[in-house]
Amino acid sequence: MQKGYFGSFGGMFVPELLMPPLLEIEEAMNTIVPSEAFQKEFNAMLEDYVGRPSALYRCPNLSKKLGFNLWLKREDLNHTGAHKINNALGQGLLCRHMGKKVLLAETGAGMHGVATATAAAMLGLDCVVYMGATDVVRQSHNVRRMGLLGATVVPIESGTQTLKDAINAALRRWIADQRTTHYCFGTAAGPHPFPTLVRMFQSVISREARAQMLKKAGKLPDYVVACVGGGSNAIGAFNEFIPDEGVQLIGVEAAGTGEPGCHHSAPLNLGTPGVLHGAMSMLLQTEDGQIEPSHSIAPGLDYPGVGPEHAHLQDCGRARYVTVNDGQALSAFHTLSRSEGIIPALESSHAVAWAIENAAEIPKGSDVLVCLSGRGDKDIGIIEEYEAKKGC
Amino acid sequence: MSILTERIRAANASGRKAVIPYLPGGFPDRDRFWKELAALDAGGADVIEIGVPFSDPVADGPTVEQASLDCLEQGVTLAWILNELSCRKGTFKAGLVLMGYYNPFLQYGLERLAMDCAAAGVSGLIIPDLPLEEAEPVAEILSGSGVDIICLIGLNTPEDRLKAYAKAARGFVYFVSVLGTTGMRESLPEEVLQKLDEVRPMFNMPIALGFGISRPEQVAPFGDRIDAVVIGSALVKHLRDGGTGESFMQGWR
Repeated sequence: MQKGYFGSFGGMFVPELLMPPLLEIEEAMNTIVPSEAFQKEFNAMLEDYVGRPSALYRCPNLSKKLGFNLWLKREDLNHTGAHKINNALGQGLLCRHMGKKVLLAETGAGMHGVATATAAAMLGLDCVVYMGATDVVRQSHNVRRMGLLGATVVPIESGTQTLKDAINAALRRWIADQRTTHYCFGTAAGPHPFPTLVRMFQSVISREARAQMLKKAGKLPDYVVACVGGGSNAIGAFNEFIPDEGVQLIGVEAAGTGEPGCHHSAPLNLGTPGVLHGAMSMLLQTEDGQIEPSHSIAPGLDYPGVGPEHAHLQDCGRARYVTVNDGQALSAFHTLSRSEGIIPALESSHAVAWAIENAAEIPKGSDVLVCLSGRGDKDIGIIEEYEAKKGC
Repeated sequence: MSILTERIRAANASGRKAVIPYLPGGFPDRDRFWKELAALDAGGADVIEIGVPFSDPVADGPTVEQASLDCLEQGVTLAWILNELSCRKGTFKAGLVLMGYYNPFLQYGLERLAMDCAAAGVSGLIIPDLPLEEAEPVAEILSGSGVDIICLIGLNTPEDRLKAYAKAARGFVYFVSVLGTTGMRESLPEEVLQKLDEVRPMFNMPIALGFGISRPEQVAPFGDRIDAVVIGSALVKHLRDGGTGESFMQGWR
């Protein structure tokens, strides 16, 4: 019987050798995670170590300029600087409950790698992080952070040398080391049960934000906006609002340079259904089913696939997925930095950009909640290089 | 009886293990591929696995992955493989199987795949990222076309899953000898013997052992526990080092 489907997307398209460890995680997800002991331990860690609840902040200057209330869910204020820690700590704790000693992770921008290395250090686990060789170079700051935290970073030289190949390599390693190792998958994609497990740990974003909106604005937001790469911050920001029909859910994909024929990272808008990394979802692929390279200025969005639940939410019409290009994201990056004193990650800048670019269509006085998934310190090198090239 | 079962049983009847070489489609290049395929066949291969290249082969080690990427670079597609095979239908004594990841098959269209495999003389598909649960609907579409889905099992497959596979399996069952990816190993884990003893009575069809095998001596200890041997990376390396399909088969027959 098929498992882990969201409508016609999801599933477990993995070698048989990975089925036992995946079913073991499914079992742990259904028994250990809901237990009182686990929840107590996890919530205490979120509060005391991560610094949750994260702030909900109404941007006074931009709200005035845009004509609607721009609310930021400040995941950038979490320990390690992004939403990734919510999932890494949850899975790290689960790993320990399952009696495994090693956390294995893939990383693109390095944020999930840093979060996993952090969780491993804190929980007394070993940590191995797979990272494409290209990403190792362009995110060297995060590579050094992982080293300081005691993790081993393995650069992957095969294929496109980016996130997609890091996932391939991590899956291969996991086949061999499954008895001692938990694969701490970083986004709401991959084979079942990862999309559900990651959503469980990231839903804290919308659980808090929903209550905070009711308290501060006295109502639910009209829009919830989040960037979508694999889709973990987005599914976390959307989940508790899904039953609230009046709340529009907007996922923002990266359009890359935005020029026709150029590579981008927008499989929900421009891809077709297919199977990669264990799940049926929307993909960037050729007619022959070969995976095409992706591109975005934001390394955390640079992925040719997307979590299956997003494909389903698009399919059934509950969420809408739009695109923002590199230039628009960069412009929003500067706008938020200068107007509010908040330097956003380039990934999160895509979500901010959607709100700014669509100000004319958003009714005056609306409440727009943007998930600010991470902080932008990591991106300063990329931005300097990009702007030097553009001559601006 | 499935053609694949028949070929393996015929080899066993003459007192030997069936030999199943794996050759990536279009390797070492598009022209030489057909020459080497014919040489493997003439050299006595009982079943031949033809690899369908994929950009992201998660069950493969570096040797097969590189071969797969090289083939893609040369423009090898599933359509090309099937089309060229249908032009040569009936010229191979060996049973033919395609081995490839699910997405290229899915994009080709499963109904079209069933038809074109039959027209090309392909008797089976090995899809390493299609476990039991996901294989069911695919097997249903292929049933009736004479194309079997070959199941893979391994050292960590628990009893309940083995039982389910024993019901679903057709042609032969592929036992993966290592907890790992394809690629040559010096030796195979000792627990393989024990696991094969558990598996053997559950499957009323031939068992092929694959992954990690490069020399006949490696499979000698398995005796009657297995019926066939799959050799992949070692053949790729043999061809890269200047060998031929013919000289490769001499080591195995």
